[in-house]
Amino acid sequence: MSFWNDPLKVAADWLMGIFTGWGMPGIAAQILIGFLGILFLLSLLMVLDIFLVWVERKVVSRFQDRIGPNRVGPFGLIQPFADIIKLLIKEDITPDGADKVVYNLAPLLSMMSVLILWAVMPLAPRMIGVDLNIGALYIIAAGAIGTLSIIMAGWASNNKYALIGAFRQVAVMVAFEIPMLTMLLIPTIFAGSMGFNAITEAQDVWFVWLAPLAALIFLIAAIAELGRAPFDMAEGESELVAGYNTEYSGMKFGMFYAGELLHAFTFGGFWAILFFGGYRFFGLEQVSAFLAVAVILFKAFIGYWIIMWVRYTLLRIRIDHMLGFNWKFLTPLGFVLLMVVALLNALLAGTPAWLYVAAMFLSNVILGLIALEIARSYSRKEREKVEGVRQVVEARH
Amino acid sequence: MVPLSWYLIFAALLFSIGMFGVLSRRNAVAILLGIELMLNSVNINLAAFWRYGDVTQMAGQVFAIIVFAVAAAEVAVGLALVISVYRRRNTVIADDINMMKW
Amino acid sequence: MTGEQIIFLVVAFFTLGSGFMVVTTRNLVHAAFWLVSTLFGVAVVFALLNASFLAVVQVVVYIGAIAILFIFAVMLTRKDMRDQGPQMNPGWWFGALISVLVFLGLVFLLQGWSGLSTTASAMPSDFDAISELGNVLVSPDAYVLPFEVASVLLVAALIGAVYVAFNRK
Repeated sequence: MSFWNDPLKVAADWLMGIFTGWGMPGIAAQILIGFLGILFLLSLLMVLDIFLVWVERKVVSRFQDRIGPNRVGPFGLIQPFADIIKLLIKEDITPDGADKVVYNLAPLLSMMSVLILWAVMPLAPRMIGVDLNIGALYIIAAGAIGTLSIIMAGWASNNKYALIGAFRQVAVMVAFEIPMLTMLLIPTIFAGSMGFNAITEAQDVWFVWLAPLAALIFLIAAIAELGRAPFDMAEGESELVAGYNTEYSGMKFGMFYAGELLHAFTFGGFWAILFFGGYRFFGLEQVSAFLAVAVILFKAFIGYWIIMWVRYTLLRIRIDHMLGFNWKFLTPLGFVLLMVVALLNALLAGTPAWLYVAAMFLSNVILGLIALEIARSYSRKEREKVEGVRQVVEARH
Repeated sequence: MVPLSWYLIFAALLFSIGMFGVLSRRNAVAILLGIELMLNSVNINLAAFWRYGDVTQMAGQVFAIIVFAVAAAEVAVGLALVISVYRRRNTVIADDINMMKW
Repeated sequence: MTGEQIIFLVVAFFTLGSGFMVVTTRNLVHAAFWLVSTLFGVAVVFALLNASFLAVVQVVVYIGAIAILFIFAVMLTRKDMRDQGPQMNPGWWFGALISVLVFLGLVFLLQGWSGLSTTASAMPSDFDAISELGNVLVSPDAYVLPFEVASVLLVAALIGAVYVAFNRK
């Protein structure tokens, strides 16, 4: 029975017995088991990543009224393996004038910035890599490494399209980090801790009911951080070829691509952990750890699907509008929301739970409506300005 | 256990390296890079003194955080100055920026 | 030699080596990337010192913001992407001499200090350094004033940087 509740500990104890039976000192066996655990998690993630390629291609084709891959295997399930073989046997080109070390390091760092996120992801009540008590900041730190990998790729390629794409992407990522960090603080206020395990445990009421606006802003910031449409100016095919990964071919490109997909899935997971209760689902997580993992994977897939939905529905936004949207709208809104939530949290301490939830929910909705009204009046003014210019131009003709 | 002296000597070495960068580099951006190294070595010292002294007294960490803030401010203003100078004089070599000297 | 000492030595040599490359490499973009690896090393040193908050903030602030700013600045302030001419002052040996003297002076000063070989006491098990840090940062009888002054400084630097770098046509 205990295997179904805490499989990691049972497996670790079993391995410990075997290794010490071989005469290995305890500390060395512990380190080895740690490494084996990391290897196991990473292999699972890579398998998941291969599967994500198939999901992404199937979903996008449905959005675009196509069938998608359906030739290799049932429902095209073997297609991603064919893709990988293709990428592996492609010629691996390093352009002339590229900075070799930096050029080859960039895809690795890009993949690494995604994989290290899983170290703090709570998969089940006792299944978490490290329960860091600064988990929320850790996400931003991993994002910083991703930013670095993009600027390295763009600069080392020795290609102006790549460099422009990298500049745009880094500008967007650095800018959208601010609303994201602000939104990470809101679950922190509710839970009283930055650790993701504590945040999950605190969600007797899903935080999305307490702060729906925060969940929305976090999703927008996450999409921008991922560099997916509508914020994929860095990869605008019509003007920049493919952005920062223009010069990459073969498996190096594959690592950027796979990293991007896994990153989207991971942020779906973090969205679920921060606002949708993580692995908790009506006590199902207490039954078995495997059910808890299934719950969080399911929630992460829903988040991933919403990110895809946004990506394949909306149009690309111009870069100055994108940054203006962040600095003039999202960041001030995030700060105001953080202040309101912190204030209400302090004022409502000790009140009954239903009042707390209702007040938080209403304050979020009202704040969101006010922000929308401000944005609407601003855009009306802008439109009048543009149409005024157009009328003048037409009158001249 | 690592004795305190290792951390202090490590920080002193990093400080000296940063100082060498500040004194010897021609490029203004590279001089700022050296200053960053020096600030980092100070931070190592602060954190080490916090850890090896009374852990419940947070002064070391607090001042390390304030050094972070000061470093961010210094870099923002310093690089803005460098870019502004580059726009007007088309150079970032510290020796060539000598309008105020005669 | 314990495991912790070995880890410290490895990290220290990595950090110092990267730091040395920052001040000596000819290619400025490489210098900025070496700075990133030095900052990583310092973050690991913070982690070794049990200052996990400082370690993460080091990565967020230094690598995520300051290093990126440096890379941008290096790329914006050059006429072409090659580095020509010497990167060192003609009197670079003088700078080297001064830094060696400073280092020797620091070591000399440290040698006479009695607390040099202190070893750290174990972290109290029920002591949460991060919440304590948060409390003292905003508590009126601790460090709220330096904290507020730092935030004012940041705002001033933000406005100043925008004003100085703004391209007035």
